[in-house]
Amino acid sequence: MAAGAQTDLLKTALYDRHVDAGGRMVEFGGYALPVQYAGIVAEHNHTREAASLFDVSHMGQVVVTGPDHKTTIAALEALTPADLASLEPGQMRYTVLLNDEGGIEDDLIITRPAKEQEPDGVMYMVVNAARKHHDLQFIRAKATAEVTFDLRDDLALIALQGPRAAEALGKHCEITEKLGFMQAGPTVIGGIAANVSRSGYTGEDGFELSVANKDAPALFDLLVADPLVEPAGLGARDSLRLEAGLCLYGHDMTDTVDPVSASLLFAIGKRRRAEGGFTGADAVLARVASGPDDKRVGIRFEGRQPVREGAELVDAGGTVIGKITSGTFAPTAQASIAMGYVPAEIAKEGEPVTAMVRGKPIAGTIAKMPFVPQRYYRKPA
Amino acid sequence: MTTRYTTDHEYVRAEGKIGTVGISSFAQEQLGDIVFVELPAVGASFKKGEEVAVVESVKAASEIYAPVSGTVTEINETLSDEPGLINSDPAAAGWIFKLELADEAELEGLMDEAAYADHTA
Repeated sequence: MAAGAQTDLLKTALYDRHVDAGGRMVEFGGYALPVQYAGIVAEHNHTREAASLFDVSHMGQVVVTGPDHKTTIAALEALTPADLASLEPGQMRYTVLLNDEGGIEDDLIITRPAKEQEPDGVMYMVVNAARKHHDLQFIRAKATAEVTFDLRDDLALIALQGPRAAEALGKHCEITEKLGFMQAGPTVIGGIAANVSRSGYTGEDGFELSVANKDAPALFDLLVADPLVEPAGLGARDSLRLEAGLCLYGHDMTDTVDPVSASLLFAIGKRRRAEGGFTGADAVLARVASGPDDKRVGIRFEGRQPVREGAELVDAGGTVIGKITSGTFAPTAQASIAMGYVPAEIAKEGEPVTAMVRGKPIAGTIAKMPFVPQRYYRKPA
Repeated sequence: MTTRYTTDHEYVRAEGKIGTVGISSFAQEQLGDIVFVELPAVGASFKKGEEVAVVESVKAASEIYAPVSGTVTEINETLSDEPGLINSDPAAAGWIFKLELADEAELEGLMDEAAYADHTA
């Protein structure tokens, strides 16, 4: 139970702040990051009630630069199935990076910067920490020379999440009034220049703040000085995202799972479904037409026992029919919840499923996701 | 009444032939919020070092091993509804099970308070 050696781990710009705040540091995606401060459940609940600050600097912030908007969009649309041509300045979209077989290489968010931020032809991407170097290699092998992809290790990323995040951030800038869910723009927070997006991975309203590494500690100090804001670690981030029904790369989706099976059809734009023309399109569009064999679903189990990643799902005869990819006892849902893959014919709300945990059957039911209602802020039209 | 500890952070508090078993305060702190406890069956017998119970936090499951050999005489049913008692009061209300010791001499092989304090320092 002793803490592992952290000698070779990378440190984010907020490392000292985590240690000073009592964070229990663990390895994640090659970085030393806090799994918790006081406790996962308290941090989870604080995020649902007020606002929590998460260090997500380990994620890869990539700037995509082409000669003009059309060229950059064409390059990105060749890589991903998202409809990016329809993005307005300051809008962002969730999508996936696919291989030729239609498997998911990573999931990512692509942003078209606000007009005042960047010249025409520049786009932003945020990719997973453990995949960022892999992604860049994969992308550069496919992209044309006129569009470049630069990993910005000089930038930190801070997520401020929770129903009172807008109130907390709004004390320092006016950008919170301008942005709706999945919109982004530049601002200045306590003298610190930041790119702010209204997005996150907790199911709550919230923001992600991209700032220079050198400014990150001061921004951390400014935000946690607010009684509404507490720092939270990777543990709470994981239980929050599971309640929100959101996938975790390497667990709920991998490079051998296509987005149709992963129930991520929304990551494929309607126009792109009709036109194709993205890596893996043949495989994915064939799968859209045929339907998946196995499908990602949410499951609620009876009782309090957590059913974790790797647990097998069995039918009435005891034959293995699927597997759990994420699971825990959820603090807000107050239930044992999980995500996993089951045959498409039983991937329907209300269908009973049985998981095996240490040789014992645990009864569950396919459930609607998210497990906890999402509270993203939609701007009035 | 003596309390002894294993290197895996279980404690056993022996009163005559009956030992009360739980996890140390150090262990509950390391595990974090306990959300579920899988209790043994009353009457089941275990040899020293065998897996008896499982304590699960939000993040992970941890096996609880029998600190000494014996037969389970009582389990803490309250933990089914309030597993957090292991966090808030590991030495008292958060006990996990009681067992009748098969061999009281086995206690001598475990750490006393001072040795355990050194072990976790």
